[in-house]
Amino acid sequence: MAILGAINPVLMAGLDGDNSWQLKDYVARGGYEMLKKILAENIPQEQVIAEVKASVLRGRGGAGFPTGLKWSFMPRSFPGDKYVVCNTDEGEPGTFKDRDLIRYNPHAVIEGMAIAAYAMGATRGYNYIHGEVWEMYKRFEAALDEARAAGFIGQNILGSGFSFELFAHHGYGAYICGEETALLESIEGKKGQPRFKPPFPASFGLYGKPTTINNTETFASIPFILKMGGESFLNLGKPNNGGTKLFSVSGHVNRPGNYEIPMGTPFSELLQMCGGMRGGRKLKAVIPGGSSSPVLPGDVMMDCTMDYDSISKAGSMLGSGAVIVMDESTCMVKSLERLSFFYYEESCGQCTPCREGTNWLYKVVHRIENGLGRPDDLDLLSSVTTNIMGRTICALGDAASMPVQSFIKHFRDEFAHHIEHKTCLVPKDVQWAGSGFHKVAS
Amino acid sequence: MFTAETLQKFDREVAKYPADQKQSAVMACLALAQEEKGWLPAEAIEAVAHYLGMPPMAAMEVATFYNMYDLKPVGKYKLTVCTNLPCALSGGYHAAEYLKQKLGIEMGETTPDGRFTLREGECMGACGDAPVMLVNNRSMCSFMLPEQIDKLLEELK
Repeated sequence: MAILGAINPVLMAGLDGDNSWQLKDYVARGGYEMLKKILAENIPQEQVIAEVKASVLRGRGGAGFPTGLKWSFMPRSFPGDKYVVCNTDEGEPGTFKDRDLIRYNPHAVIEGMAIAAYAMGATRGYNYIHGEVWEMYKRFEAALDEARAAGFIGQNILGSGFSFELFAHHGYGAYICGEETALLESIEGKKGQPRFKPPFPASFGLYGKPTTINNTETFASIPFILKMGGESFLNLGKPNNGGTKLFSVSGHVNRPGNYEIPMGTPFSELLQMCGGMRGGRKLKAVIPGGSSSPVLPGDVMMDCTMDYDSISKAGSMLGSGAVIVMDESTCMVKSLERLSFFYYEESCGQCTPCREGTNWLYKVVHRIENGLGRPDDLDLLSSVTTNIMGRTICALGDAASMPVQSFIKHFRDEFAHHIEHKTCLVPKDVQWAGSGFHKVAS
Repeated sequence: MFTAETLQKFDREVAKYPADQKQSAVMACLALAQEEKGWLPAEAIEAVAHYLGMPPMAAMEVATFYNMYDLKPVGKYKLTVCTNLPCALSGGYHAAEYLKQKLGIEMGETTPDGRFTLREGECMGACGDAPVMLVNNRSMCSFMLPEQIDKLLEELK
């Protein structure tokens, strides 16, 4: 199945796994009705944007910026080319929802992009798809062929005079291209290095033209929002946190996978939907919004609801909705070591504080993990993070720093034990057992 | 340098972008070139650059920036294992160890018979299927526990 569990699903409603992604299935579910209606009735652009604003849909890629507001920044009447770009460069550790959207409901993304293009006066679009999910890139291209043949994208759509050309562009292994301006550079055929902002993409985007970039799930939500009405969508969730959302749950649960639930659903309920903790072990910590969001202790998380405001109040971020669950078999030092390596490996190298700082973070956590930590290493790590944060062009530097700060804040004893005793609090065989991988006889 | 079929695929990619923005197709064309050659020798990168009318150095910058391009020869099958945290919690790290042991090579190395190259990968956006591996940049293999790894290695002759 497309999703392992759901409460009042919207995006994933009525899907039958790999058997219902095609155009005929989407149309049978009521797909492309909104695009047809908007074009047939010539609904004013402002009205479409107002409805999206009323839904309080917030960007599903991680930042949570209100989508309707973002759309209103586009200079609709600006003559010449304008672009809408979909960000399916899903590489934030823990996030795997857009892969399933492209796989099981690609036409919802296409219809959402076409409506967005209409509302913002754009005539061309690209969907930038993570290079590693090659099979989904091919799936999306097949869906585009179907939509083109049926006249839902292309020139003079359904005889309305509105034209919108849409294409897929694949990445090839660079986390940084999930940053919107790096993604634009990448589409232009360059290294994916983020641009200075301002100017923002709405005024200077792809090829220097006005551009709006939204996440895959954001675009996929659009047809459903317009169909049910902005307010109804909002009411599925809670105030300021509209709608349902896909949560990617990974780590130490019995059934990792994607779950579509209303915003504001208690975390404890989500955990239950995942079949609870693997092996019945105790919950230790949760990273609630992808690897860049601060880790929270298990008991704090158990009191949270799954929405932007609750998670933010607890000291973290809902981010992309990637929930990484860790039980008592987890070594927090080893976990942070792996995350720090990731940011070091994926820093684009443009800004010195990030390029050098992520290397320092990794090296110091690595030596603590390997029994070579020094008494002042935790202060050193803290100092490196404060010297990275806020001093770089994009958010990757902050994203590398927040895990370090939060892991040390909540699990300081574990780090101190590693430094003092040169060994881990969690025995290695317990770590092996926790992963669920059969121990290999050596 | 490239077969007619590959060139035809180049053209399909170029057609996705405005006529004055052929460079936008460089990522796709380099990937196609790698598909044909098995890896990306400098001459192939240069040929792609000429095809798209861009400086060879700009194409080289792209080839070196994105980590799925292979600038050195690899084995017949390149296995990239995700060991990032969400995968590691469900055995990604152990899957990598198991593969190293089975193949008798370290990360980044190729087996003496030229069949397998082993790589450690970053997040592939499939954490719910952990442990995951990617074969030759194309085929994603899910839930790779020892039996599945044994089976896959058997299939990849």
